[in-house]
Amino acid sequence: MTRCLLLSMHEWKQQHAPRRPRVNRVHLEVGTFTCVEPDQLVVTWSDAVKGTWLDGSELVIETVPLVGRCVRCQATYNPDPADGFHSPCCQHPMEEIVSGRELRIRSVAYGFETATPPPTASCPTPAC
Amino acid sequence: MHMPLEDNLGLNLLAANQHRADHNRAHFDAWNLLCLNVMSSPGAGKTSLLERSLAALSSRWAMAVLEGDMTTLLDAERLGAVGIPVVPITTGRACHLDAAMVSGGLKLLQQRLDPAELDLLWVENVGNLVCPAEFAIGEHRKVALLSVTEGDDKPLKYPVMFREADCVLITKVDLLPHLPVDVERIETHIRQVNPHTAVFRLSATSGEGFDAWHDWLGTQLNAVQSPPALIHA
Repeated sequence: MTRCLLLSMHEWKQQHAPRRPRVNRVHLEVGTFTCVEPDQLVVTWSDAVKGTWLDGSELVIETVPLVGRCVRCQATYNPDPADGFHSPCCQHPMEEIVSGRELRIRSVAYGFETATPPPTASCPTPAC
Repeated sequence: MHMPLEDNLGLNLLAANQHRADHNRAHFDAWNLLCLNVMSSPGAGKTSLLERSLAALSSRWAMAVLEGDMTTLLDAERLGAVGIPVVPITTGRACHLDAAMVSGGLKLLQQRLDPAELDLLWVENVGNLVCPAEFAIGEHRKVALLSVTEGDDKPLKYPVMFREADCVLITKVDLLPHLPVDVERIETHIRQVNPHTAVFRLSATSGEGFDAWHDWLGTQLNAVQSPPALIHA
């Protein structure tokens, strides 16, 4: 998953070429009904970016809860594995998922190195 | 010093893999074949399933296998003994196949045969109930196996895998008389996370359930192929 994130960031960087963005923060949305463990991703990210163009960037992960919609009564609910994921209203199996499957790069905070302003030409007039 | 900027991307984290998977899928469609991604935990019986299905179906359909394994060629050698073309894909430390690995396997397969002559391409994924569920490889259908020896709680413990599966095969049912396992409960748990998936109970040892499983395969093949699959002489 970290490799996929790095690939996606590389593609994003290419869009800015030839300028070289310096990334401060990458903001992810990760659903709880995915195979991603956010804490583990943060650790592997910090290791993976060392010495690369992303070195020093922070990975911020927003967790998106699993929300289902009962297809019988249309009520939304938080499916619970302990209850077999079924809807508490109608005891219906988890059919429609409203959220929780997100694996998304929401935003990237970055900047460009500003060019050092050229030195001001010295004024030939002594009075200046 | 730099000016603070922010790009709102809304980009799928797996976009790069999905692009590759879409590319693989375009090839599968152009070749008019059905591609299956076969997934399970280690030891659930993927290779035994393939051995039995390949032997039973080889007179009906032209098939090949991309065999994912972390380090060895043992499974590829087992399947090669059936007489079906097998291309091994060793993933090294990676615990799942991704679309790029499958693309590499397809290139090797093309050196041996014309994929357009195939009806069915099996991709046996690395044994793992977690990561393979998230990584598309371009498959038409995902098939998950769960052996009765793994217990009835696995669909609830690894729900993403069983949610993603188009078909779940409950394997090793010949062992049920010897186990304190309720197969009805396994099936109930599968349907709690995926009410509409197809479920079959199989034994690669006795052959129980394979006719129904193969009928399902035929239905999927006809749905994908155009014109519908012809039975090979």
